[in-house]
Amino acid sequence: MIFYVLFSEFFKIGLFAVGGGLVTIPFLFDLTRKFDWFTAHELMDMIAVSQSTPGPVGINMATYAGFKAAGVCGGIVATTGLVVPSIIIVILVAKLLKQYSENRFVCEIMTAIRPAGIALILQAGMELCKLSVTNFREAFYALVFFVLIYFYKKSPIFYIVLSAVFGAVLGL
Amino acid sequence: MSEYLRIFVAFFKVGLFTFGGGAAMVPFFRKELIEKHQYITEEDLMNYYAIGQCTPGIIAVNVATFTGYKIKGTKGACLATFAIVLPSLIIITFLAGILGMLSENELISHIFAGIRIGVVALIFNEVIKLFQKNAVSVYQKCIFIGILAVLLCFSISPILAILLAASIGFIKFLKERVK
Repeated sequence: MIFYVLFSEFFKIGLFAVGGGLVTIPFLFDLTRKFDWFTAHELMDMIAVSQSTPGPVGINMATYAGFKAAGVCGGIVATTGLVVPSIIIVILVAKLLKQYSENRFVCEIMTAIRPAGIALILQAGMELCKLSVTNFREAFYALVFFVLIYFYKKSPIFYIVLSAVFGAVLGL
Repeated sequence: MSEYLRIFVAFFKVGLFTFGGGAAMVPFFRKELIEKHQYITEEDLMNYYAIGQCTPGIIAVNVATFTGYKIKGTKGACLATFAIVLPSLIIITFLAGILGMLSENELISHIFAGIRIGVVALIFNEVIKLFQKNAVSVYQKCIFIGILAVLLCFSISPILAILLAASIGFIKFLKERVK
């Protein structure tokens, strides 16, 4: 049953994606290999739409991915699955551990997990790069964008709109 | 207005008017939760952010759950979470439906081909930013390189990669306790 699978997959993402919205990208990329809910190309569109619309990026992507997999109800189920582990854990933490963030054990685990999260995003980024950058011309544009974003720290929406204009004008 | 309705409206607004999530939401949380309603203090907000980054899940949602819990217990936590997520659900469902219908359009497909390149550039920049902020010590840089090497050589699931890193942290914790 698709709703059960959707819920459990996004529950797992909610449980293991530590450090915010973008960390869900490698998990969603993993889903493109396991299920035929959406393709890696569609994942890139989701990332763009999720960063250009209101709301937390991670939630937007879950709603979008769920919608792609199983329509309106799919979106609701995926988002609920993503959020439920947070609610349970945060309530437990709020109840039990006042000094949670200063807890040695938690600190050590988190110090080790954060760099792993970054490695995951980088690897997913490389895979997505292989799919969207297929020739020399596209590689050149990607490099231009990378340098622009690196030196002019405008909001992601600005660059998504700019790259959309690029795509339309140059007929990529 | 009942207390619950006020909580709902406050978090719904945060979900509706912030782009990006994570740290981008701090000013909006501050305005709605500290300045307008005095639900929490500045110090609370910073604490919730610190803990929100250390607990699984979306940071903005974690902060909402924390604040909701502080105001009205478990019910408040669920309500705040629901309210911050609802605008996303509505907007994205609507957009996904429209974009699905437009995907055959040639101009739209050019636009998205451009956007995909932009997204890749954004992700790589985000990696650099995160790396500068979160992989500070040599120990953390080693974990980053190690996990990346494992990911490039074997196709392991993200969950396994996270568990692998967590167990490194666990071993370090045990070692330091023995000392």
